[in-house]
Amino acid sequence: MYQSQAVIGITNARKNPPLAQCVWPADALNNIPDWVYTSQAIYDQEIERIFRGETWNFVALEAEIPNPGDYKRGYVGATAVVIVRAEDHTISVFENRCAHRGAEFCRASHGNTKEFVCPYHQWSYDLKGNLQGVPFKRGINKVGGMPPDFRNAEHGTRQLRVATRNGVVFATYSDKTPPLEAYMTKEIVEEFDVPFSGKKLKILGYCRNELPCNWKMYHENLKDPYHATLLHSFLVVFGLLVPGIKSIVFADKEHGRHGYMASAKPDEIYATVAADDKAEMRSFSDSLRLRDERFLDYVREFDSPWSANMMTMWPNLIVQRQMNTMGVRQIIPNGPNSMVMQWTMFGYEDDTPEMTRHRLRQGNLMGPSGFLGLEDNEALKFVQEGIRNSSTDNNVVKLDAGHQGTARNLISESCIRSLYQYYREVMDIRVAEKAA
Amino acid sequence: MKERLAYARTAVAPHRAAELRAEIDAFHAEYCAALDANDVERWPDFFSKEATYRITSRQNALLDMPVGLVYCEGLDMITDRALAVAHSQMFAPRHMLHVLGITRVLQETDRTISAQTPFILMQTLVEGPTTVHLAGIYHDHFVREGERLLIASREVVHDTEILDTALAYPV
Ligand code: FES
Ligand SMILES: [Fe+2]
Repeated sequence: MYQSQAVIGITNARKNPPLAQCVWPADALNNIPDWVYTSQAIYDQEIERIFRGETWNFVALEAEIPNPGDYKRGYVGATAVVIVRAEDHTISVFENRCAHRGAEFCRASHGNTKEFVCPYHQWSYDLKGNLQGVPFKRGINKVGGMPPDFRNAEHGTRQLRVATRNGVVFATYSDKTPPLEAYMTKEIVEEFDVPFSGKKLKILGYCRNELPCNWKMYHENLKDPYHATLLHSFLVVFGLLVPGIKSIVFADKEHGRHGYMASAKPDEIYATVAADDKAEMRSFSDSLRLRDERFLDYVREFDSPWSANMMTMWPNLIVQRQMNTMGVRQIIPNGPNSMVMQWTMFGYEDDTPEMTRHRLRQGNLMGPSGFLGLEDNEALKFVQEGIRNSSTDNNVVKLDAGHQGTARNLISESCIRSLYQYYREVMDIRVAEKAA
Repeated sequence: MKERLAYARTAVAPHRAAELRAEIDAFHAEYCAALDANDVERWPDFFSKEATYRITSRQNALLDMPVGLVYCEGLDMITDRALAVAHSQMFAPRHMLHVLGITRVLQETDRTISAQTPFILMQTLVEGPTTVHLAGIYHDHFVREGERLLIASREVVHDTEILDTALAYPV
């Protein structure tokens, strides 16, 4: 995959240790060692244990492939897959790798087909990824060809298990992954069902960017309410998130791996910020005002206490609902120092044309050029650059120390702590002994 | 799939097209000079009151998807973006350089001129290489206001499938 920062792409060996040397600092809850973000060995283990492990990976929205034969290219972790709707309307997900010599046979980003034919030697696969035809299977004039014991059934593509909920498609490599809803846990299912209630979605479009940062940073960013009022002056000035308003950073109770960050916008357009808080926020500006305030209109469309909710579902999905702009983002890991973000923006089939335009206007908040998205992207780049070749190698997560999981205040890193506790278990990472 | 961005023959006679091209070239020279000087607050000066501005990928354009990386309806929204970029957004310092190809004038009516201009947008970060940040085509409608041309609508359709980190400035 494309890597934009190749010129600064050299990580020094100290930041790229083998697994055996990856030992977490003794004060495990309050520290994150740099190698978590920079080690190739750690990255490889993540692909095996997380993306190909017992996780449900987001792959598509059903609205992208409504009809039999519709397909799209996609990813599970960094592995290319095809997501297809078959004649019986079921959805299949299989690796985009020909069973013969490995060609990535599906080249178009999406389309409609009756079968997949590998361009190299024209082996063909049905819509579920089963091998259908091998040209000259019996040779020519009975000379050459496949051995008599060759069975098509044994040479299909690698197929994944698939689960859907209200129009969202997930895939897993593991037979042991629990059912989707159990995997998500109850509270996450409830929040997930707010934008995905079963109402038919309308896709509004895509964007894609490469972030020169480790993929886990994107999860952390959405478990880090501390940055929100400090980095995003836009959020604060326009009253979307103000210190002291009703908000929550939630971590699932079972593992602490999924979560959401939600807030309830007050009715005023512009924020009133206490003088003390203002002094803490250098980026705050009283004078910033909009000429076109339609941008900040909020149409209450859900039965939810939150006007904004950013949900992270481990390991690769973000469900974005910021007022009336909605989307899903898929994290595609791309080596330890890079990730690709695939954004799919949507509304609903029964939206009026004016509602669609409203969502598009509000879409200026998000994406690689969004008033909030741009800043997150740039900040994460700064973090990765800072840790790659520095002589120190530790990150401090001490805000709200002693707490793990859900927090109702913004000045907390409690959800980052719970995520890494879970992560250490799955990855089987040792914690250093406390010095006596 | 092809129709939406398919090749459309010009309806303007060659001599007239050359005149209009010279006028649009002069417009672009100023537009790009302002942006390449990072003087983003001048950017709204190039648009008419009702102007629309959208940046979107070729994929979206072909699928008839309406989203924009940047999506502005009207000069006020365009101005809001310029002010936000200039005063409220955090991003690494960078230099942008627009390199434009040859404008094709497609149509002329009493009031409007439609044209297409290919562009390459180069980006240089501090200590960074100069990279192609975006490549694509401006799909424009211009109106006249006295002696000046102004953009009535600009669709920036980019070929670039994976954007490097973020797009901070307008294109
Ligand atoms: S590699 Fe696909 S048919 Fe040979
Ligand atoms: Fe953020």
